[in-house]
Amino acid sequence: MTNVFDRAGGKVWDAFSGTTPSLSGPLPDPSTDAGWSGDHPKRVGFFTDTSVCIGCKACEVACKEWNLVPDDGTDASDLYRLTGMSYDNTGDLGASSWRHVAFIEDVRPHGTATPAHGGQQTGFLPAGLPAVHGGGNGHTPRDAATAPPDGGTVDLLALLPDSGAHGQQTPDDERDVRWLMSSDVCKHCTHAGCLDVCPTGALFRTEFGTVVVQDDICNGCGYCVPSCPYGVIDVRESDGGAHKCTLCYDRLGEGLEPACAKACPTNSIQFGDLDELQAAADARLAELHGRGVQEARLYGRDPDDGVGGDGAFFLLLDEPEVYGLPPDPIVTTRDLPEMWRNAALTAVGLGAAVVAAFWKGGRR
Amino acid sequence: MTDTNPAEIPTRFGHDEGREADRGSERRGRGRKGEQLQVPEAEFRSYYGRPIIKAPVWKNPDVPLYLFLGGLAATSAGLGALGGATDRPTLRRTGRLAAAGGAVGGTVFLVHDLHRPSRFLHMLRVFKPTSPLSVGTWILSPFATFAAATAAAEVVEPSLRRRGAHGLARVVRRAGNASGAASAVIGPALGTYTAVLFSNTAVPTWHEAHRHLPIVFAGSAAAAGGGMGLVGSSVRDNVPAARLAVAGAAVELAAGEVMERQLGLLGDVYRKGRAHTLMRASKACLAAGAVGTLLGRRRRWSAALSGLALMAGSALTRFGVFDAGIASANDPAHIVVPQRERLEQRRSTMDQDVAPPDRTFA
Repeated sequence: MTNVFDRAGGKVWDAFSGTTPSLSGPLPDPSTDAGWSGDHPKRVGFFTDTSVCIGCKACEVACKEWNLVPDDGTDASDLYRLTGMSYDNTGDLGASSWRHVAFIEDVRPHGTATPAHGGQQTGFLPAGLPAVHGGGNGHTPRDAATAPPDGGTVDLLALLPDSGAHGQQTPDDERDVRWLMSSDVCKHCTHAGCLDVCPTGALFRTEFGTVVVQDDICNGCGYCVPSCPYGVIDVRESDGGAHKCTLCYDRLGEGLEPACAKACPTNSIQFGDLDELQAAADARLAELHGRGVQEARLYGRDPDDGVGGDGAFFLLLDEPEVYGLPPDPIVTTRDLPEMWRNAALTAVGLGAAVVAAFWKGGRR
Repeated sequence: MTDTNPAEIPTRFGHDEGREADRGSERRGRGRKGEQLQVPEAEFRSYYGRPIIKAPVWKNPDVPLYLFLGGLAATSAGLGALGGATDRPTLRRTGRLAAAGGAVGGTVFLVHDLHRPSRFLHMLRVFKPTSPLSVGTWILSPFATFAAATAAAEVVEPSLRRRGAHGLARVVRRAGNASGAASAVIGPALGTYTAVLFSNTAVPTWHEAHRHLPIVFAGSAAAAGGGMGLVGSSVRDNVPAARLAVAGAAVELAAGEVMERQLGLLGDVYRKGRAHTLMRASKACLAAGAVGTLLGRRRRWSAALSGLALMAGSALTRFGVFDAGIASANDPAHIVVPQRERLEQRRSTMDQDVAPPDRTFA
């Protein structure tokens, strides 16, 4: 029986023959690389545009509901596990949190913001956000924005009244406050460390180019957990299995979009074919830059990055680490051929040392 | 500050507390005094100081003990096989029994470490060179089989002889020699693959040490196996064990030192907290054991004591490296600072590019 996981594991032989660098680097079609025949569906993914995220957590809820993801450890004695750091009480992605809305409340003394952290004259505000141009009180672009751009996406930012929600400045005499929100998710890497290191074949590459754990195969060895450069996958205490976002593999098969994208009220989470999402993201970035939001940047979009690009990528308004994302992730198996070489040489040395210990008897 | 409760904000060195609660109590005893500020705090930004990657969920002491037992078995198999071939019966016996005990005990710990132990056989359903754990399973399984068969032959043969079944005893001895040779050949791979197991993760202190860890672990394996040989064999037979143990201890001490230095910022986890204590204890044990071996090999008791010290040093190294990895994974600075440096370096090398890299696609 040729099952998917054996095929997914098949790529390694090519990798070690030295011709195809499929342990790292750009890879146009990870599904074919994993052994799917050429007529598989196109690679799909998420583009999470954090500039329109309102931090409502509908994605977290929809994900839990659809995927029957259990409670992530909340109990009364733990005071509902309030983090106490911001409006984010989920904390991070994990075995029972497949979407996580990061919430950053950036508070600084007035006027101390540097251009590196934000717009130019307006301190660290995303300067291109229309509501700000009037000096924090402007109602200017409301009607302009109600007309959707040709892409069909309504720019909800511009719909917000006054200093409402996103990237806003409190008219406080002493401090500037900025809120950043971003819905984090498994990146479905082109070169997925979790998939590479899984010793059972429980993790596999789907025909959609996504990475999924088969719960009936996983034996809870936990190797995927420290191998993810983003800290996404984790082992669930209650059942001992490793769990993470499946990009709603079951829904994809029925032609439905993933639950989080369906539930997102601002279209911050966009689902689609990866190439189309990338084009949309590039256009959105150009638009924001054109509006003067210089701090906007794409994260995980670059197929030349350390994981060969992400299947789920982001538009961020600050450095990735501010959102809890690694600034320059590299799939750990990129260095694996060298590691095996070192270990093999050292093993030969160790064997030689044992033999050498018996040299010339020396018995007394 | 904001209206958040400062006590709840994870601090630079204490933010793994939440995860300790998640994971049970295994890391609870981590020392907290004297941890700070041996290395100046690096400037970096993070999401409320929270860890970026997930720390290994591997159990302590299961995994470090497995590493130790695997290393012990790896070199003991060689000592047993060559001890037999060079007429050193006590060394042969010790080596064979230690190889089997280490491999079987290590396997038990490895299975116990699984969060679904009843599915341990799923390890054998694929072979994946990209997964050091898969490769390790395929190294450990035959090794443990051969080592156990060898030990069985070692135990059974004398009793067969006593009962007068000399023909059968001869067959058993030959089979034991053959399987002993097989385990001796596989042994070194068992001793070093565990370094790849650790370094092939996103844990910065482990990954960046991927050139050093195999040597540290090989030295540790030699110290453990040699130490066991010193404990179990007679003064007449223990020269090879003594040589291997001293060489292993020296390599482990030197390679460990080089590793900690060359890790730079990432080496700070070896300079504070429990990893620091463990590594210091390890070095003391190794040094004492090596000196004791050189001076006292010819007395049974001092040879055995030195062997025990060397084994303790080897085990402590494994625990120290394990702990350092946990601390490193929980420290966002270990992720952000080196990756930022990497980005800056790349940016400065392609300075000619007018467009900043994050706008390449605009």
